[in-house]
Amino acid sequence: MFAPAPYLLKDISVSQVMTQVCIALIPGIAAYAWLIGPAILAQLVIATLAALLAEAAMLRVQRKPLAMFLADGSAIVTAWLIALTFPPLAPWWLVVTGTVFAIVVAKHLYGGLGQNPFNPAMVAFAICIVAFPALMSQWPVVGLQQGLIEQINIIFGFSPRLDALSSATPLDALKTSLKLGEGTVDVARLLANQDIFGNFAGRGWEWVAAGYLLGGLWLLQRRLITWHVPVAFIGALALISGALWLYNPAQFASPLFHLFSGGAMIGAFFIATDPVSGCTTPRGKLIFGAGAGLLAYIIRVFGGYPDGVAFAVLLMNLSAPLIDLLTQPPIFGMKDKA
Amino acid sequence: MLMNLFKFKGGVKPPTNKTQSVGLPIARAPLPSRLVVPLHQSIGGTPRPVVQAGDHVLKGQLIGEADGWISAAVHAPTSGTVLAVEMQAQPHPSGLDALCVVIEPDGKEEWIPRATVDYKSLTPEEVRGRLQHAGVVGLGGAVFPTHGKLTASKTVPMDELVINGAECEPFITCDDLLMRERAEEVVRGIGIFRDLLQPKKVLIGIEDNKPEAAAAMRAAVTALGEDFTVVQVPTLYPAGGAKQLIRVLTGKEVPAAKRSTDLGVQCFNVATAYTAWRAIAHGEPVVSRLVTISGNVQEPRNYEVLIGTPMGELLKLAQPHPDTDGIVMGGPMMGFLVPNADVPVVKATNCLIAHSERLFPPKAAEMPCIRCGSCAEACPHELQPFELYWFSRAKNFGKTQEYAIFDCIECGCCSFVCPSRIPLVQYFRFAKSEIWARERDKNAADAAKARFEFKQLRDEREKAEKAEKLAKAAAAQAAKKAAEAAAAAAAPASGIAESAAPAPAPVDADADADKDAKRATIEAAMARAKAQREAVQPKNTEAVTIEQQRAMDEIESRRVVLAPAAQEPAGPTGKKAE
Repeated sequence: MFAPAPYLLKDISVSQVMTQVCIALIPGIAAYAWLIGPAILAQLVIATLAALLAEAAMLRVQRKPLAMFLADGSAIVTAWLIALTFPPLAPWWLVVTGTVFAIVVAKHLYGGLGQNPFNPAMVAFAICIVAFPALMSQWPVVGLQQGLIEQINIIFGFSPRLDALSSATPLDALKTSLKLGEGTVDVARLLANQDIFGNFAGRGWEWVAAGYLLGGLWLLQRRLITWHVPVAFIGALALISGALWLYNPAQFASPLFHLFSGGAMIGAFFIATDPVSGCTTPRGKLIFGAGAGLLAYIIRVFGGYPDGVAFAVLLMNLSAPLIDLLTQPPIFGMKDKA
Repeated sequence: MLMNLFKFKGGVKPPTNKTQSVGLPIARAPLPSRLVVPLHQSIGGTPRPVVQAGDHVLKGQLIGEADGWISAAVHAPTSGTVLAVEMQAQPHPSGLDALCVVIEPDGKEEWIPRATVDYKSLTPEEVRGRLQHAGVVGLGGAVFPTHGKLTASKTVPMDELVINGAECEPFITCDDLLMRERAEEVVRGIGIFRDLLQPKKVLIGIEDNKPEAAAAMRAAVTALGEDFTVVQVPTLYPAGGAKQLIRVLTGKEVPAAKRSTDLGVQCFNVATAYTAWRAIAHGEPVVSRLVTISGNVQEPRNYEVLIGTPMGELLKLAQPHPDTDGIVMGGPMMGFLVPNADVPVVKATNCLIAHSERLFPPKAAEMPCIRCGSCAEACPHELQPFELYWFSRAKNFGKTQEYAIFDCIECGCCSFVCPSRIPLVQYFRFAKSEIWARERDKNAADAAKARFEFKQLRDEREKAEKAEKLAKAAAAQAAKKAAEAAAAAAAPASGIAESAAPAPAPVDADADADKDAKRATIEAAMARAKAQREAVQPKNTEAVTIEQQRAMDEIESRRVVLAPAAQEPAGPTGKKAE
């Protein structure tokens, strides 16, 4: 009865926020299923089930209200990001392991919704690529002549995992070729291989990235994310890749290639924008996004892993509290003093 | 006239719900059965009652006298009999009682003598005095005594006088109707403020969802030949907050620690200007105000209501729906549920909203904060509500102050947008009240400490004085003795020896005898005590049975055997003994 003001509330809830994030992922998922293979749909289901079960178990252990927290949708977002960043033909247990680890350790052991200092999906990716490097770098050959059932059989281990099915990601292929054939091969010649590379990035993958871009723009328009992180991320990545590309186009791929390869777009709009583990002040978000973009490029091109987005985001997660502390915006009426 | 408008950051757009209550003209609420007029109706001091039970009062008669500079008088809203001066429940979130004058109306509405005055013949001091004695306070809701805001800063030139007709809270339309129907008197009231403050510009801000009010005000300004500017400001809650409106119209930002006059700007509500005009020109103190009645009612409308009218009685005029379960005073963003329907309308009551669960559904369960930042985007004071929430929750009040909790105007924008449904404003109110309480406790403790230290200081000083006195006396004594000795030295030395030598002996002997006697007594007492103790102390070997005695003897004998065999392995012996 003595409910406090305000009595009017905006019609928005945590589960609505999470649902809209999932909706925004759909264009990317559609392109993924169409161009890369329908296996991703099976992986999404596997990850979602694993996440919900792990979430329910952890809520049970902590005696938190099950329905309320299961319905918030945060576990599903984590699950989808895991499924979308893992290789689509990864064995089911790998996806389950990653998801359970993300929910149990990265999320609930740190206090659950809103408390995790690291992005749970990226923790899952990092853990799995360190623990199972071979499985985590088996990406399917694009234009796989296999139906959904056959792909599911591979995921569940009913069909043999043929080496011929898998290859490196375009990012990895480019890096390895450049390193192996140092001085003798150049980027332009490599990119001419239309089996791996498409019009401006990895064949097929470029359109998946474009789908994420589309969904991200929709999130921006819905004001569920602000422009700061994506613009800073994309800006920093474009800037450093552009600079090195101009310096030596034979040895470094173009900014367009980097922006539409690997986790760049999903990272810029869906991963680095995670509010719980990211920065919250406007200037902090700019620093966070730029730092993640920069680190992703450095790890990609000079580091030991094919894609750097996960590690870049985790590294920036580490520094987010300090960045926030140092970038507090001046308040109303105090701008001249700040 | 084209004017450059400024923006304030943040703000929200709740559904305005204003059209319901603007359809009908202002109505006069009928006389209620009785009036409960609280004496404390403005920020500042509590007026002293100047009537008692049984007195007959006239409409507009003084019943509570201002008790200081920041205080405003209170008047009888109608003629009648004072039933009591007693404690009554108040329309305040705390639900606490306060001293009220209860009046039974006689139905005659007999006014005190009122004189029409040309205020230009009065000195500024007289005008301010009259406003105070007429009980004119800010009717926008803050109820700050108006005369207290009508002195320009001596160091900063007064640039702008801002008149607040924005009325940004949903549901409330009393200022809208006032401007539509009584624009001329509002503008004349603004004229009084202008003459006292001498600003360079007068800006009247009205949200652009009230075109009729703006048109009426423009017409009145033109008709009266004033050079005031009526500005339509974008409809964005809380554009009607004084600081937000000042920002929008002048670009100036008044921080929490400063008064607006320090930046050369002052702000008044349109209804305040209206009552100021009635008070100065017509000698009518503030005994009524316009109240919007809306929400879960059949006929939302604005009423001119006598101060002291019980809210429940007033609400009936608008025919509340049967599922009405409470009354919200003020708007839905910053208002509060009144403790019961008997609390009276006061000068701060701009709106009554009949509350029902259909109109304001109960809030969903509170979820954890996901740091989405919506609150920070919505905060018009550009604070970081989610950080403030975090520190308030952790009771880390020092940090809340670092994050400028006292700049929070409690507008409710953050709670409005929070997807986790966290009642952020409640956390901030809690933190503020805790900080105040601790401040009070600290002040009390400091005062106690100061008192204690002063007492200690005084004790020490007194001790020192006493010691000094004694020392002086001793010195005097010594001087006296020295003088005596000097005098005695003049006498024969043998005389002193004779008189002094035998004296100590008897004293010593006496002392020795004394000591011996004492020692003897003590020894005797000790002996007695010992005897007693031995008599009383239980000895567990006294009342043993024969078997027990035998067992004891056996053990003793074993000990004797064991003692020499201590070097031998004790094992078998021990076993044998068993």
